[in-house]
Amino acid sequence: MNAKELNIFAAQIRRAALRAIKKVGAGHVGGSMSMAELMAVLYGDVMKIDPANPKMEDRDWLIVSKGHCGPAVYGALALKGYFDVEELDTVNRGGTRLPSHCDMKRTPGIDMSTGSLGQGMSTAIGAAWGSRYQKRDNYIYLVLGDGESEEGQVWEGALFAAQQKLDHLIAFIDFNKKQLDGFLTDICDLGDIRKKFEDFGWDAKEVDGHDVEALEKAIEDAKKVQGRPHMIVMNTIKGKDCTFAEDVLYNHHMSFNQEDYEAAIAALDEKIDRIKAGEV
Amino acid sequence: MYQVEEKISAEKQEMRAVFAKVIDEMAKEDDRVIYMDCDLMNSIGMAKYWKEHPDKAVNCGIQEANMIGAAAGMSATGLIPFTHTFGTFATRRVMDQVYVSAAYAGLNVKIIGSDPGITATLNGGTHMPLEDIGMMRCIPEVTIVEPTDCTMLADILRKAKDTYGVFYIRLSRKKADKIYKDGSEFEIGKAAKIREGKDVTIFATGICVSEALKAAELLEKEGIQAAVSNMFTIKPIDKETVIQAAKETGAIVTAENHNIINGLGSAVAEVLAENVCCPMERIGAKDRFGEVGDMEYLKKAMGMTAEDIASAVKRTIARKEG
Ligand SMILES: Cc1ncc(C[n+]2csc(CCOP(=O)(O)OP(=O)(O)O)c2C)c(N)n1
Repeated sequence: MNAKELNIFAAQIRRAALRAIKKVGAGHVGGSMSMAELMAVLYGDVMKIDPANPKMEDRDWLIVSKGHCGPAVYGALALKGYFDVEELDTVNRGGTRLPSHCDMKRTPGIDMSTGSLGQGMSTAIGAAWGSRYQKRDNYIYLVLGDGESEEGQVWEGALFAAQQKLDHLIAFIDFNKKQLDGFLTDICDLGDIRKKFEDFGWDAKEVDGHDVEALEKAIEDAKKVQGRPHMIVMNTIKGKDCTFAEDVLYNHHMSFNQEDYEAAIAALDEKIDRIKAGEV
Repeated sequence: MYQVEEKISAEKQEMRAVFAKVIDEMAKEDDRVIYMDCDLMNSIGMAKYWKEHPDKAVNCGIQEANMIGAAAGMSATGLIPFTHTFGTFATRRVMDQVYVSAAYAGLNVKIIGSDPGITATLNGGTHMPLEDIGMMRCIPEVTIVEPTDCTMLADILRKAKDTYGVFYIRLSRKKADKIYKDGSEFEIGKAAKIREGKDVTIFATGICVSEALKAAELLEKEGIQAAVSNMFTIKPIDKETVIQAAKETGAIVTAENHNIINGLGSAVAEVLAENVCCPMERIGAKDRFGEVGDMEYLKKAMGMTAEDIASAVKRTIARKEG
C-alpha cells in the first residue's frame, strides 16, 4: 500500500474498532485510536502474514501487550479477511471469539494472549528467541503502552532482550502521554523513554506515530541494525481522530451513545474522502 | 449486631461510592491511613480523593509489585496502607511481595482487590479473579474477607484498619443487593446467618449471597427449609458455625464467585472432613477460566444461579444417610 492507501486503511481501522466497541456501548477507545496508523502499516504493508493461514510457520508475529486495545487489532484483522467484518458486532458478548483483551485461543490472527500489562514484553522476547533458535525467517512486532511501561517486567525484558541480541524483535511504545488516571507526568513519569531504551542497549528512535511514512521508514531502518532489539517510540494522541474522545481528558475507557458514534463515523468518512481527494 | 432486610432489593449506591467515603473518613480520623493505587483510581472512584489529598493518596502508576512492597515498607514505619488494584493484579501479580514483604515480615497492609470473579464482566478472562482467595489462603496469617453489601463494607473497612495484620478485601465496585440494615455490625471470622432452615445450610459469599436467598425461596416452594449463612470471612474460617450447621441440618452447600478449588467450598469441606460426617456440594467456577460476557450470561455459564444452587441442595439432601 502507498501512503494514501495506508492512511485510508488507518481510518477504516478506527471505524471498525468503534463499530466493535459500539455494540456494548463502552470500551477502550483512547488507546485503540492512538495505534491505528501502526496497525495500518503493519497489516497493510510490513508484516509477512496470510489471513487464510493465520498460523503459518514463518509468519511475522504481532504481540499487542496493551491487550485492552483488542478492538483496534480486530478491526485490522477483519479488514484483512481473518474473519467477517460482521463478527465485530460480537465483541464482548457472551460466547464471542473477540473478547475485550487479545486472546490467542479464541481469535484467528492473534499471536499471544495479553491483558495483564507488561507481560507481552516477555512473551515477545520469548517468541523472538524461539524463532531465532528454530531459524525462522520472521520478525516479532510488539506494542507496549506508555503507562504499561511503568511495569518492572518491561525493564527486566529490556535488559534481557539486549543481552540476548534479539535483533528480530521490533517494539513500539504508543507514547500517547496518558494512562487510565490521566497524564503519565502526574502519575509515574517515564522521562526520556527513547534514551532509556538506548541506555538499556536497544536501537531506539522516536517518530510521529500518526505518520505512516515515518513509521515505515523507522521499521526499515530498524531492520538494518544488527545485534540489538529495536524500540520505536511513537508520539501519538490518545483518542486520535475520534470526535467524542480526542479532546477528552479521561478517554481511556469510555461509554458512548448512538449519536456520538454516528458523528465519529461521519468524521472518519469525511477524512477518508479528503485523503482520497489528496487534501490530507 | 447485624439485622437482615426483610426484602432484598438492589442498593441505591455502588460499593465503590461507600469505599471512597469510608477511606476518606478513616483518613481524617487516623493520620496513619494511606491510600495507594496502581492507575485505577478512576475505576474505584478515588480520583477525587487523590486530588484533594495528594499527601495521603499515592498513585503508583502501573506497577503492582512495587506498590505492595512500598506499602509493606510504609507499614514498617507505623502507617496503615490500603492498596487497591483489580483482584487479579492484587494477588497473582504480586504473590511474592505479599508473601515475603507483607505477611512473612508480619506487617500491616490492607490489600483491596476489586472486581471479584465474574463481576469483571466485559474485561474478560484475564481480569476475572477466580483464584485470588485460593492464593491468599495459602499465605499464613492473612485475613480474607468479602463484604457483601455497602453496610458490611463500611464496617469491615473500619475493622480491617483497627486489626493489625495483612488483610485481603475482595471488593465489588458495582451495585450489590442490600442484605443488611443500615448500622449493622459484623464480627470478622464469624458467619452471619441470614435465613433459618432445618434441612440444609447454604454458605455463601459475595454475589452468591442473594442467589442463595433466591434459591432458598425456590426450595421453600418444594417444602425444603434452607438456612443461608453469609460466610464473608473466608479466612479464618468459622469452624464452629460449619460444624454446628452440619449437625443441625445434615447437609451443606457452598456458593461462591470463585473457583471451587481452594475457596470457600474447600475451606468448608476441610472443616467437615476433619470434624463431622456430612454430605456437601460446592457451587462456583468448576476449575475453569473466566470469559467475557455480561453478568447474566456469566452466572449461567459458571453455574452460579439460584437454580444451580437449588439443584445442588436437592442432590446434597438426597445423599443424607437414612
Ligand atoms: C498488570 C495490569 N495492571 C493494571 C491493568 C488495568 N489497566 C488496563 S489499561 C490501563 C492503563 C494503560 O495505559 P497505557 O499503557 O498507557 O495504555 P493506552 O493509553 O495505550 O491505552 C490499566 C491501568 C492491567 N490491565 N494490567
